[in-house]
Amino acid sequence: MTHLKLLGTTALALGLAAPAMAQEIRFMCYSDGNECEVYDDVLTRFEAANPGVDVIVDVVPYQAILENLPVQLAAGTGPDIAKVTDLGGLNEYYLDLAPYVDTGYWDASFGGTLDWYRVGDRQGYYGMHSQLTITGAFVNATLFEQAGVALPGPEATWEDWAAASRAVAEATDTPFPMAIDRSGHRVAGPAVSYGAALNGPDGPTLSDEGFTAFVQQFVDWHNDGTIARDVWAGQGGATYQDAAQEFINGELVFYYSGSWQVSRMNDQVGDFFDWQVVGSPCGPAGACSGMPGGAGIVGFEQTEHPEIVAAVIDFLAQEDVYAEVAARTRNLPAHLGVASAGVAFEDVTPAAQAALSAFAADLPDVAPAAFWYQGYPGNRAMFGITVERVSQAIVGELSVEDAVARMADDLATAMAESQ
Amino acid sequence: MAETTGQGAAAPAPTPTGDTAAAVALTKSAGAVSPRALKARGDGLALRLIAPVMRLVEIPMLGLQRLLGINLLAWVFLLPNLVLFGLFAFLPVVLNVVYAGTGGDNVLLADRPYVGARNFALLTECGSYLDPNTCREDKFWRAVWNTAWFVTLQVGIMVGFSLLTAIVLNRDIRARGFFRSVFFFPVLLSPVVVALIWKWILQREGVLNAFLDWTGIGGYNWLVDAEWAFAWSVFLSVWAHMGFYTLILLAGLQAIPRDVYEAATMDRASPWRVFRKITLPLLAPTMLVVLVLALIKGVQTFDEVYAFTGGGPGTATTFIIQYIYEEGFAGAPRLFGLAAAASLMVAGVLVVLTLVQLWVNRRNVDG
Repeated sequence: MTHLKLLGTTALALGLAAPAMAQEIRFMCYSDGNECEVYDDVLTRFEAANPGVDVIVDVVPYQAILENLPVQLAAGTGPDIAKVTDLGGLNEYYLDLAPYVDTGYWDASFGGTLDWYRVGDRQGYYGMHSQLTITGAFVNATLFEQAGVALPGPEATWEDWAAASRAVAEATDTPFPMAIDRSGHRVAGPAVSYGAALNGPDGPTLSDEGFTAFVQQFVDWHNDGTIARDVWAGQGGATYQDAAQEFINGELVFYYSGSWQVSRMNDQVGDFFDWQVVGSPCGPAGACSGMPGGAGIVGFEQTEHPEIVAAVIDFLAQEDVYAEVAARTRNLPAHLGVASAGVAFEDVTPAAQAALSAFAADLPDVAPAAFWYQGYPGNRAMFGITVERVSQAIVGELSVEDAVARMADDLATAMAESQ
Repeated sequence: MAETTGQGAAAPAPTPTGDTAAAVALTKSAGAVSPRALKARGDGLALRLIAPVMRLVEIPMLGLQRLLGINLLAWVFLLPNLVLFGLFAFLPVVLNVVYAGTGGDNVLLADRPYVGARNFALLTECGSYLDPNTCREDKFWRAVWNTAWFVTLQVGIMVGFSLLTAIVLNRDIRARGFFRSVFFFPVLLSPVVVALIWKWILQREGVLNAFLDWTGIGGYNWLVDAEWAFAWSVFLSVWAHMGFYTLILLAGLQAIPRDVYEAATMDRASPWRVFRKITLPLLAPTMLVVLVLALIKGVQTFDEVYAFTGGGPGTATTFIIQYIYEEGFAGAPRLFGLAAAASLMVAGVLVVLTLVQLWVNRRNVDG
């Protein structure tokens, strides 16, 4: 029998997880929507086929995956399996599944996403990318209609969208034309479109000409009221903040977030207004890139039952199971076979189905730099640095020039420390 | 109660066997078997039951006493407490010092390279300490100056208001008990609850802006403006902690003898003179305690402001403890060494503050 357990982060931090039994596998899971419930349900079938194996899904808040899991792993008290988003960063703890699974099938099914879990000379088969995400923009089509402004086309630039959103907001008396989540991951796609190399000739960089151009534009848009100040200026540190609630409340014309928000929009917007996904606008550098991302399921070397852990992950990686989970959780599939066959998402409105298709269609536009960034193990440090310093430039504590110089220093320090 | 009245009745007639007489008087006044006698009988029974059990404990203790001698035996009783304190108070302090001398982002000490005083050098590398922008770790110095301003304003305003409130609440006003509890009430709330309440009031579509819109003045986005966010943080902190210091000052006020005030009244001293020459000097020791506590608590401010503004906008309300938290735990890479070094510097400041206060205190007492 599978148990679904809600454990507080404190309990986890204290290592209060039940003592390990003979064939007990602990799966530390967090949900964006209903992922853990669905895994728990699907894994009941695995347990039925493998008597004596008990897979326990521990549902934890996302924060616990980010902050507690690394400490647990370093201390050797981690779970057997976890759903993680710091794909490359936790590489040293991953269990190589190669001896236990059909690597040919894995290569054919997961292709490039396998690389996101690989670092340096550890080039095995570590993670099954369970949900592929891509950043992109949601627009409130009803507001555009009311304002009598035409939606910019697929080749439209960020400046076109900014102008159109401002016009709509003015005409309809909407508080905010645009908003972008307060996250270094979210602004990376637009920055690439503005020419940021991210992985420059001298290694990772946040201070090249393209990135600076984007930061300058981003700060200018905050100063002239195009972008909602509340999101980036309303917080300190590197804290994540989204603007989904403002969009759902109809206070926002153009919201740049990502495909994982589709479920929420589907459930909460209802027929309050028409919304649609327009992908990532283009930048002056010609690219129209979003950022790929997502979460994957990995096993850890510390486990006492590596073969069972591999079997569980391999079970979830099988095409029929993967397709079922993708349909029920309404996530974009990273499994190439499932993706090419198409997923019939369950319980979605036509708007959500269209949105997911639009996000899927935007995947080929992802620039190589953005793809590299997602797999770079130091990307969390770079995300944090971006958020902190760009926020300081937005509130006026630093000039754009100083902020960019500080980002370069911070990145150098972070890279030196994490050697 | 029966006991006290019984003894009271016996007191006017002391006899050589005072105890017996008291017991007799007690029995008489109670009119039946005395409660004390009953209790004694019960104790005897309990003692007889417990004694064999206690023997079990006593035997090894006697053995230990013979082995260690009576002086060393004290350590046996102190041991459990020492172990707890050692593990959870002293060991972390030692670990903190050791971590401050290491670099890298590994959690386990064995994997961390020793870097000497580099973390301290990084923190103190500055063109001018007055301008965080010239410092290598500008965020640290921003946090230091934010904390310095915050503590000055918060402690100053809070102690001033607490004194005022305590004096008002010490007078004969109507519904005094009610007002005393009203001022103490915020202290009972969790800091996060306090922060969330004020956030709801002050956010863009909060209660205050709804009111301002209604009056026609128009709302303002308080928490996105650096100065206002800082000012509201001070306000919130004063509001939340004032009750506690008011209570201490109130106790101090009530400890001032009445006759001094009566003497002042006879001398027709003006209220201001009474306040300056009697209330303030006699309240000074309490005031000192309040100042020390408020200063230490002020430097440690984290939870309520973190939940309130998250340290923003930018770094406007980022205080030193939040800086330590962010360097060590929230961000990536986790710079435990830098965080430990910063925390030791804060500890140093707190120790100095405490020593200064102790010195002032001693001088006051001696003078």
